Amino acid sequence: MSEESILTDEFLRQLINVGEADILVGVPTYNNAATIGHVVQTIRAGLLKYFPRERAVIVNADGGSRDQTPDLVRGASINDAQVSADIHALRTLHSISAQYPGEPATGTALRTILASAELLRASACAVVSPDSTTIEPDWIERLLRPVYQGTYDFVTPLYRRHKFDGLLIRNLVYPMTRAFYCKRVKEPYASEFAFSGQLGNHFLGQEIWTQEAGRTGTEISFTISAITGGYRLAQTFLGTKPHLDARSADLIAAMRQTVGALFWSLEPNFQLWSTHADSQNVPTLAPGQEVTLEPLRVNRKRLLGMFHSGVAELEPVLKQILSPPIVSELQRIATLGEDEFSYGDELWARTVYEFAASYHKSVISRDHIVQALAPLYRGRAFTFLVENRDSSGEEIEQNVENFCLTCERLKPSLVELWNGRK
Amino acid sequence: MREMIVNELSQATQELIREFARFLPRLMVMLIVVLVGWVIAYLVKWILRSILRLIKFDKLSEGAGAAQLLNKAALPSSTELVSRFAFWLAWLGFVLLGISALGILGMQEYVTRFFVFLPRLIVAVFFLFFGLLAASFFSRAALLWAVNTDMPSPRLLSSSVRILITIFTASAVFEELGLADSTMLLAFAIVMGAVMLGLAIAFGIGGQHLARRFLEARFAPEKKEGKEREDELSPL
Repeated sequence: MSEESILTDEFLRQLINVGEADILVGVPTYNNAATIGHVVQTIRAGLLKYFPRERAVIVNADGGSRDQTPDLVRGASINDAQVSADIHALRTLHSISAQYPGEPATGTALRTILASAELLRASACAVVSPDSTTIEPDWIERLLRPVYQGTYDFVTPLYRRHKFDGLLIRNLVYPMTRAFYCKRVKEPYASEFAFSGQLGNHFLGQEIWTQEAGRTGTEISFTISAITGGYRLAQTFLGTKPHLDARSADLIAAMRQTVGALFWSLEPNFQLWSTHADSQNVPTLAPGQEVTLEPLRVNRKRLLGMFHSGVAELEPVLKQILSPPIVSELQRIATLGEDEFSYGDELWARTVYEFAASYHKSVISRDHIVQALAPLYRGRAFTFLVENRDSSGEEIEQNVENFCLTCERLKPSLVELWNGRK
Repeated sequence: MREMIVNELSQATQELIREFARFLPRLMVMLIVVLVGWVIAYLVKWILRSILRLIKFDKLSEGAGAAQLLNKAALPSSTELVSRFAFWLAWLGFVLLGISALGILGMQEYVTRFFVFLPRLIVAVFFLFFGLLAASFFSRAALLWAVNTDMPSPRLLSSSVRILITIFTASAVFEELGLADSTMLLAFAIVMGAVMLGLAIAFGIGGQHLARRFLEARFAPEKKEGKEREDELSPL
């Protein structure tokens, strides 16, 4: 499908009315009526406050919402925003909204936004999640300014999170992306990010769109594409990561979007990741406090119980995916009680690498491989929760750093598994 | 008298020689058809084996659970088995063609029957393979779903899915082959009915609490509010 054909006639008509733009902010939506009004108002406020002279447009790519989300986007005006009265637009701030064809999917929404940016020749673009209830106008400035100035091509966020929030990111997605692609991007699966028009066009031209990774998990594929394409990366602190709703807490969906897309990316980029060794830092433009420590009520026992039952019930599946020593070790730790249980860094890293190699070799259905990792991740999450029960923010960061170094150290074992030498 | 016997013997011998002379070209045709058939069948086997190796058929059948069955029965790999099957099928076809060239009365009918049956046999083999593949895939999907949603007895659920699909596959295969149609249909109906009734009774009696939990979670989630609330951890 060409870039033009992904845009419906209605979308094209609205884009043609805009003409050209310097800055584009994309908001992918699907039934987000509860939050979208505030998000769009804040984006408008941010654009008017920090980019009053630039031609800016807000593009809402909607997946066919039935709760009047597009109407709320179109209706959100600066008058509703709680910003200072001295904000005046020097140019028209366009806000367009249209439904993209096909089923609701974040990948299709992102593709629509990229195609719009290409058509409008936008030099700096940002994508903002419709669930970002904690968004502030200065998020727009922090994300877009480095790209608009031409200093960087891709800006990812850093969030203030609870120390136990984003466990999958801390225990798998960040360390593994860093080990594979040698860039320390802490939020490789970002819900808010900014990119140059050049990078947007580069990603739009990738052959990802006919694959599953072009439908779900496209955000992490975008990050990987920016790294492998040699684009200039930066990170910027935004603020508190909004607590997501129950749908976002769906572990299997989260694993498909992140782990599935990450494993999938290894295939076309083998030459690159197999030859790179040490990771490099990514500049942080606006540092801030990243870990909060409020007490949380978490059912750790349930996590461990699901790990135990997963290892026992999935034995035939795990034997197809993992090597006998890893299966034996998992079965051994599955016999341990709550006090002695530990799913250590090295075993967890080796487990994930063997899953990645089995995914590459398609030993069983690839989606089943990703799903089979979920019970093991729960065991790892239990260990992380227990070991960091009393840890400070710095200690948590140090523990994550240690795990990242373990992943980097063990990376050659994945190359051996990949080439079938083990 | 002696002359008559010699005469008769001579006539019989000449008749036999004439018959043999008439039969010999047909025998030669049969031998040529069988020989050429062997070469063609061998080529079919070689080409099929190459294609199956190219598409990694062994891996596919491993996923279907067929490889494990073959290992247990000390049979060769599925690629080897399918290509050998194609060889024997093709060669048998040529042998029967050759036999029909002999013009033996009654054989024609058997040869025709074989060629009518051949497509059904091939379709039945396909049914069997893809049925086993589907049984393996869906039973594993059920197992993973049950484990990840913390359902009780995931393996029981997975085995039930596998058995149901296998029964369905077997009935489709037998129906395609035309073997004991009515018996298989009856047996299938009885087994399916028994399984469904058993599941309904098990869910109704054995799974009262599970059913209540499921229905409460589905239709009355507010009942949970009385309990001590836990914080949801977001994986992302």
